[in-house]
Amino acid sequence: MAESERKLSNGATRIDFATDPSRYRHWKLSVDGDVATLLMDVDEKGGLFEGYELKLNSYDLGVDIELADALERLRFEYPQVRVILLRSGKPRVFCAGANIRMLAGATHAHKVNFCKFTNETRNAIEDASASSGQHTICVVNGSCAGGGYELALAADHIILVDDGSSSVSLPELPLLAVLPGTGGLTRVTDKRKVRRDLADVFCTTEEGVKGRRAVEWRLVDEVVSNTKLDEAVAARAREFAGRSDRPKDAKGIALTPLERRIGPDSRDYKFLSVEIARADRTATITLRGPDAPPPASVEAMVAQGADFWPLELARELDDAILDLRLNELDVATIVFKSEGNPEAVLAYDAFLEANKGHWLAREIRHKWKRVLKRVDLTSRSLVTLVEPGSCFAGTLAELVLAADRSYMLIGQMNGDNRPPAALALAPANFGAYPMSNGLSRLASRFLAEPYAVEQLRGKIGTTIDAEEGEELGLVTFALDDVDWEDEIRVFLEERASFSPDGLTGMEANLRFGGPETMESKIFARLTAWQNWIFQRPNAIGEEGALRLYGTGRKPAFDTKRV
Amino acid sequence: MDIGNVDYTTKIPNNVGLADDRRVLKALEGWHPGYIDWWMDMGPEGFQDALVYLRTAVSVDPKGWAKFDYVRMPEYRWGILLAPQDENRKVPFGQHYGEKAWQEVPGEYRAMLRRLVVIQGDTEPASVEQQRHLGKTAPSLYDMRNLFQVNVEEGRHLWAMVYLLQKYFGRDGREEADELLRRRSGSADSPRMLGAFNEATPDWLSFFMFTFFTDRDGKMQLESLAQSGFDPLSRTCRFMLTEEAHHMFVGETGIGRTIQRTCEAMKAAGIEDPTDIARIRALGVIDLPTVQKKLNLHYSLSLDLFGSEVSTNAANAFNAGIKGRFQETKIEDDHRLTGSTYPVLKLVDGEIRRVDEPALTALNMRLRDDYTYDCAMGVERWNKVIEKTGVQFKLELPHVAFHRQIGEFKDVNATPKGVLLDDEAWAKHRDEYLPSKSDGDFIAELMQPEMEAGKFAGWIAPPKVGIDNKPGDFEYVKIAA
Repeated sequence: MAESERKLSNGATRIDFATDPSRYRHWKLSVDGDVATLLMDVDEKGGLFEGYELKLNSYDLGVDIELADALERLRFEYPQVRVILLRSGKPRVFCAGANIRMLAGATHAHKVNFCKFTNETRNAIEDASASSGQHTICVVNGSCAGGGYELALAADHIILVDDGSSSVSLPELPLLAVLPGTGGLTRVTDKRKVRRDLADVFCTTEEGVKGRRAVEWRLVDEVVSNTKLDEAVAARAREFAGRSDRPKDAKGIALTPLERRIGPDSRDYKFLSVEIARADRTATITLRGPDAPPPASVEAMVAQGADFWPLELARELDDAILDLRLNELDVATIVFKSEGNPEAVLAYDAFLEANKGHWLAREIRHKWKRVLKRVDLTSRSLVTLVEPGSCFAGTLAELVLAADRSYMLIGQMNGDNRPPAALALAPANFGAYPMSNGLSRLASRFLAEPYAVEQLRGKIGTTIDAEEGEELGLVTFALDDVDWEDEIRVFLEERASFSPDGLTGMEANLRFGGPETMESKIFARLTAWQNWIFQRPNAIGEEGALRLYGTGRKPAFDTKRV
Repeated sequence: MDIGNVDYTTKIPNNVGLADDRRVLKALEGWHPGYIDWWMDMGPEGFQDALVYLRTAVSVDPKGWAKFDYVRMPEYRWGILLAPQDENRKVPFGQHYGEKAWQEVPGEYRAMLRRLVVIQGDTEPASVEQQRHLGKTAPSLYDMRNLFQVNVEEGRHLWAMVYLLQKYFGRDGREEADELLRRRSGSADSPRMLGAFNEATPDWLSFFMFTFFTDRDGKMQLESLAQSGFDPLSRTCRFMLTEEAHHMFVGETGIGRTIQRTCEAMKAAGIEDPTDIARIRALGVIDLPTVQKKLNLHYSLSLDLFGSEVSTNAANAFNAGIKGRFQETKIEDDHRLTGSTYPVLKLVDGEIRRVDEPALTALNMRLRDDYTYDCAMGVERWNKVIEKTGVQFKLELPHVAFHRQIGEFKDVNATPKGVLLDDEAWAKHRDEYLPSKSDGDFIAELMQPEMEAGKFAGWIAPPKVGIDNKPGDFEYVKIAA
């Protein structure tokens, strides 16, 4: 059962990440002044796949896609919103976590991608608070278990109703023989700083902790009785709103639907195309530079809204990456290419840099930051080809730095009159887009030579050709047109021949050198521990806990400790 | 010590050797003042000083386990009473089928067991809280005494569960025991755990319906816990069932006497049509269609107490040997249920259909079916009462899809016959199926107390026999001056 493909609901053939509030089945987004409420009210019959019901506000990827969409909209469409209240629309249950029957019947690849996406969404909640002054208060009524508590953990502040039964719990280990896969354990120790022995008790107690003890153990921030709840929530909302620097009177922009043409082996967006070569198991993503100079003013940028090139392209890249992750599992390697004028890209970077105090410019940069992190965390080989006519400058140069390998052509191709391949750096490359390890891609790249990063500042705005790019360590190899095609072909063929699992592990190790952050730990531990446990017979074997969940039968464990 | 007899030398009467179990005795003595505070705050209002003719358990011998005497309720000797231990008892079902029954809590089932004990325990004080205002409108001293008997015994059932928590569940158990006194029925801040136990019991007809329907759910739950492989729980529940029988007797005879009075009054007034509500009500009795509506309400609320038809928790508890089926030991099958199925009523494509589900996960449904059968027998006995008077009316149980908040049918509107309605039609017809505000007002108006020994309010017939075979004019409650 576990590895047989599950059928998508309603005859769908692919998982689509595009949605909007008018199509939500599981969330209600409402805004009152500077406070928004995200009400989780999961439609039991609204599962993404057939074969399970989303009872007790449990969720699947479809529920999280809506949440992620709502969070994006809160940042772009509601600049005035300073506080998000995360609440349940169901009585006596906040959220029962990821749906177990969905997990038990999902392929391993889907489970991993599901966990990864939900982690990215939780991180987006924390990013809104840290980067954008949009703080989340989670109000927990009823039971808040597993992924439900992990969702709460992403908030700045957790209020637990003190009614003698509302509780928080991480019952994965005792109940399912797996771990909380969405950062639960790491946030318990690193964010909430729960004492390790108390955390041990908490994570092995199926029913969790309620009332005063939940506060004493630091699992929640406060407990409030039902009759005082509204007052307490309003007071906290005022307090957090007071800490925010979001504009009071700004008008948001509409995140209009992306224009996409989806073919069997291609996706075409306005500034981005994806070509899938199934035989080679590659997907080539070509990003296109702007077709006009940046607007004259921030007002003009707001007027362009979702059509503003950097925002449009970021949204397109996000959608394309997610599409490949979930719908194109056989693609081994993602090849990044670009077309356009590097100067034009740098002009947009300069515009965003000059106006970085403006709320929309700030949101767009953080959007790029999140999208680039999504690229970093994609478990496919990433290669960037810097060719004549490309525009890997400034923000787009991050895709060169994000790749596992990059190749740059020296000079021009025989018979091709496009300008020679060029790279260019902008101030944004030096800190605007940190990776999950907290460092810029340049700093991560030159861990042994921090001074090299400082020296590179001197190159900001200049054009870097292939030989210099290799010399500076910005690209892996500079090749001339004699070697180019063959080297690339051999590399891609070799890559496709390696064990996909081995590559996933190796790439994840090599991409995130240097320090750990809570975020990097969460993904690393998801990849290492949770995904290992998800594959073990004690969880998914015929007698495993995840497989038997719901049957009433007791799992039979292989008792050897590994 | 003779297990059959109760030790009254300790503050807490018991047959579990508390005198030699200093730790638990101390814990229970520590809990006792809080319990008395709770009883004074939340127990029967206005009658704490009255002398009530109550039975007190003195033995667990089924032939003679209680003695009757006048007692002030706060001085009632609430005790810990377990049915005698059978040394050879085996776990009667689940994956441990045939193993020796446990005298201690198995570590791996500790949380599950504690939860079951806490949920059961939570219902006991809840019903006392729900019924605390009823003394003031008792239709007779006989009924008032029955109410108080039910109340003190629900109190004792709380003690029974608290004993298990204190004895077997360590510090967590003690905390849960305290929480049982902290939650309050209907409270916004700390409600009781189950929905039906937060509903008001506004009048005596509701009380009778509650004791018939909701206490019968209690009976089914106790019956299935009485099968438990955890022997102390089994023994506790077996004795509780002896007391629970009286509660259902109060409900069944209470409704029986109500409809008897109604039918007699109709006959005397020459009213043949049971739906001629205005004329029947003018006689000061409760018309049968209103009784039916009350029945619809309480039956449907009680069905919710069984939980979802298909339940992982129920499956786990059965497989673990913690909670069995009704009369498990009398069922002829493998008592493991790993390969069998059980038909469950489900909503499939907008229709109510029977679907075979794995028997392990369908245990709530099975227990509910047993319950429905038990209820239907009682309803038939009521219909016999009506039939004897010659009135043409039959009470009946509504469809299981009717008025549900939990399980398969919680999102649909079904009539008592099981016909699905849209929201608009439901809103239009609701008051035909469930008590309306005006029905409630009428009943409330009728609830005038009758405190004179031997007399009964006009809407209810006297019982056939008195409690403890006392004569009709016996003063069951001596209300303090």
